[in-house]
Amino acid sequence: MAAEVMLMNEIEATAAQMGIDMNTDFSSIQLPPGENCGIISDDDDVYHDDQLEFDSGFGNVIVVDNLPVVPREKFEKLEGVIRKIYSQIGVIKEDGLWMPVDPETKKTLGYCFIEYNTPQEAELAKEKTHGYKLDRAHIFAVNMFDDFDKYMKVPDEWAPPEIKPYTPGENLQKWLADEKARDQFVIRAGTDTEVLWNDARQSKTEPVYKRTFWTESFVQWSPMGTYLATVHRQGAAVWGGANTFNRLMRYAHPQVKLIDFSPGEKFLVTYSSHEPSNPRDANRVVINIFDVRTGKVMRDFKGSADEFAVGGAGGVAGNSWPVFRWGGGKEDKYFAKLGKNMISVYETETFSLIDKKSLKVENVVDFSWSPTDPIIALFVPELGGGNQPARVSLVQMPGKEELRQKNLFSISDCKMYWQSNGDYLAVKADRYTKTKKSTYTGFELFRIKERDIPIEVLELDNKNDKIIAFAWEPKGHRFAVIHGDNPRPDVSFYSMRSTHNLGRVAKLTTLKGKQANALFWSPGGRFIVLAGLKGFNGQLEFFNVDELETMATAEHFMATDVEWDPTGRYVATSVTSVHEMENGFNIWSFNGRLLYRILKDHFFQFLWRPRPPSFLTPEKEEEIARNLKKYSKKYEAEDQDVSMLLSEQDREKRRMLKEEWEKWVSEWRRAQEEEKLERQKLRDGEASDEEEEYEAKEVEVEEVLDVSEEVLSFEE
Amino acid sequence: MRPILMKGHERPLTFLKYNRDGDLLFSCAKDHTPTVWFADNGERLGTYRGHNGAVWTCDVSRDSMRLITGSADQTVKLWNVQKGTQLYTFNFGSPARSVEFAIGDKLAVITTDPFMELTSAIHVKRIAGDSTEQTEESVLVIKGPQGRINRAVWGPLNRTIISAGEDAVIRIWDSETGKLLKESDKESGHKKTITSLTKAADGSHFLSGSLDKSAKLWDTRTLTLIKTYSTERPVNAVAMSPLLDHVVLGGGQDASAVTTTDHRAGKFEAKFYEKILQEEIGGVKGHFGPINALAFNPDGKSFSSGGEDGYVRLHHFDPDYFNIKI
Repeated sequence: MAAEVMLMNEIEATAAQMGIDMNTDFSSIQLPPGENCGIISDDDDVYHDDQLEFDSGFGNVIVVDNLPVVPREKFEKLEGVIRKIYSQIGVIKEDGLWMPVDPETKKTLGYCFIEYNTPQEAELAKEKTHGYKLDRAHIFAVNMFDDFDKYMKVPDEWAPPEIKPYTPGENLQKWLADEKARDQFVIRAGTDTEVLWNDARQSKTEPVYKRTFWTESFVQWSPMGTYLATVHRQGAAVWGGANTFNRLMRYAHPQVKLIDFSPGEKFLVTYSSHEPSNPRDANRVVINIFDVRTGKVMRDFKGSADEFAVGGAGGVAGNSWPVFRWGGGKEDKYFAKLGKNMISVYETETFSLIDKKSLKVENVVDFSWSPTDPIIALFVPELGGGNQPARVSLVQMPGKEELRQKNLFSISDCKMYWQSNGDYLAVKADRYTKTKKSTYTGFELFRIKERDIPIEVLELDNKNDKIIAFAWEPKGHRFAVIHGDNPRPDVSFYSMRSTHNLGRVAKLTTLKGKQANALFWSPGGRFIVLAGLKGFNGQLEFFNVDELETMATAEHFMATDVEWDPTGRYVATSVTSVHEMENGFNIWSFNGRLLYRILKDHFFQFLWRPRPPSFLTPEKEEEIARNLKKYSKKYEAEDQDVSMLLSEQDREKRRMLKEEWEKWVSEWRRAQEEEKLERQKLRDGEASDEEEEYEAKEVEVEEVLDVSEEVLSFEE
Repeated sequence: MRPILMKGHERPLTFLKYNRDGDLLFSCAKDHTPTVWFADNGERLGTYRGHNGAVWTCDVSRDSMRLITGSADQTVKLWNVQKGTQLYTFNFGSPARSVEFAIGDKLAVITTDPFMELTSAIHVKRIAGDSTEQTEESVLVIKGPQGRINRAVWGPLNRTIISAGEDAVIRIWDSETGKLLKESDKESGHKKTITSLTKAADGSHFLSGSLDKSAKLWDTRTLTLIKTYSTERPVNAVAMSPLLDHVVLGGGQDASAVTTTDHRAGKFEAKFYEKILQEEIGGVKGHFGPINALAFNPDGKSFSSGGEDGYVRLHHFDPDYFNIKI
């Protein structure tokens, strides 16, 4: 579905060339009925859809099976019960409920047909009541009437499925075995999507794969970098391979808008929102959860947008994504959704609710999973005008035991930040001052891995400071905060393990008056980029938190995005097409040296390919860190070779260019010489030609301006 | 060295031209009066009054006696350089965009814009030695290319005419018959409007600047693409040093596209590139609007730039400039 993309200015240029006035009011144009000039209207497919629904006829009929078999006396009663159940879901058509009766026994046959007004209602009824327990012996089995055709076609004889010989798949992790240990990234600019190696040693990129119209909206890496997902109108697809990118799987989901991988990249969640047929209704939302490898739909969720609006904050703007948040680390064991007064936690073995019940929490507005453990942190705001305090609690899954709870008073808002190892949880609490006119901010710091989960309260030196950004050091015990009200805020660093007192949080330092509004820790910790995006025009400060010193300050003018590569060796800053000018990206070393810069018009995305977590044990990693000198020797030698080779290549290239140029110049000289006489003729024989040496002659010109005679009296 | 700021125009600059000796600098602007300056100290020498519209272009004869100017008032005028008097006026039905004297100054090539019913055209006029004998007739009129032709110059020995403009194609025409001889390759050529074109001192190669954010160096005789210089901005003006292997690109975003208040956003810089290695050497800042015109002094020791801001900046190079090594 490669749509012809034409820029407005191109259209205008073409129109100008063809002499068409572009200032026409398009809505004033009336096409003759039935004539579309070959242009399909945007809402044509909507009309088309409606048509289909009417044509199929039985799309709004469901068959309910496993009903009790009752004699005639009880017929009315049973019908009443069924009508009651099903009219709750939608409007049953007049005479739309038919329960057949055995003509001999006069007993019902144990099933009935229900016809709704719309297929949507029928669909919903099937969703909601399939598996409904009327009593122990009668669990409803609900099917769409149309599906019966499908089931009828199943052959009676069972034929064993053909066993296909096993073909080993490609090594999807091959990029990790790059000889030069480089990292890949994907960029999207204009209609092109490109995967490139970051060849920092040679200060350039090396192409891996490029495709025009690869995606219709955006691309996304899976969390461990195995797949690249593309999003299309018909669904999503994932790509990968040893040396190139082949399509590995497709996931059909019409008009998919958003996608989300589970952290262990076993599952893919897709989301779409559809305009309702009745404009007063909320949008219909469809969410599918696919198994990434098989492409099977593991579970789908359908409903109105209101049901999926998170914590009431969804509203018109839509839902906060992801609707389903994955928990339990890389095993992809659980996923959860915030509902009204509850959190629905599902587990992926059966794709059903844990204990078949949602976790009931009155008025819960936010929750988040620990990145490593099946622990949910949830927040309930203040109730009853302050009579019931707000609270944050930690709940262990699947047991749903509350591990720790903390009540908070006069809270206006609250945000939760997990440290990447799940060791710490910081809760940023905005509290009202006594007058309730303004707010101030404090932090509640939970030490998850310690006994009884101790909580500490941290307030900033100036507690009235506004918090602009907060970020944990990945895998570390430090965090950084940007705070302050003035245009140049301060940046403070804290440690959860100060040298004197391991159990206390302590401030490391405060950097005053920085032009920063975003924090980007290196994935390996220790280094951080303090970035001033948007209003600060792309100021960058590369800071070493171990030594507490600034390594470099730089600027990537108008930068909109900053991203560390997964190894923490390089930083990419980019200007995406939210700005018209300067589009492109810069690659920096971790210490703030600009390595190279690439400009691309209409630049949309820059994403480093993530790496799976290391298999090395922490002990082994430490050992490597200790013997770094030994290992680094080899790489230093390699670096030197590369730089030698580079300068050699560079010299060679320059020599070639010079030679080539010389050839041109001598050619021109020759032609110039040949044409010399003719040129002189054109100039009426004037000999001086451009090729003569430029010569400055000094010519003195005397001009008599005025001559006047004056009689001077002669005196003696 | 500090640049000399020459404030004489009230509207954006459009074109700059040094005479052959390099002692005079002619400037054209959207106000109606071309101006001549001493190229050494930036002193204003005089103006040429008579046009009734923006003046887009000019050229000066080899002997610095005569000036030809093309204007949006649909005329091209010949002037006496010394006295500032009009010698002759060519009338066209549409604005004149570029003019150039041929070798020998006996012919001039003039391009006119598409206007009302008229398409753009390249006119060749004979220039009489004695202006009282000057006639209106064209020796040759070439029509064909779509859109505005921003620049047309003479090829070697006046045998060809090289034109470039809005359709991003460079064309070489036979100046006798008006036949199209060569067209630049669509693939390797410019992608957007070519805004400027300047020849090397000996006419053997020329440099074209385009809104596609690049400038390209071409062989005049074969129209072979030799070099490409990429920049971050649309290029409005180009110049080549006659002394060193340097090229200068000037530009900036369109005045209408200035969305940010920060002056850096525009990058209204004259950028220097190594001609052979195509590498950026440096930049000269100063204008607070896009650069519309650039010209090198024929001695290669100074250059001037004219901006949308109405200033002409005259830069004499520091001695260091002549020792740049990359």
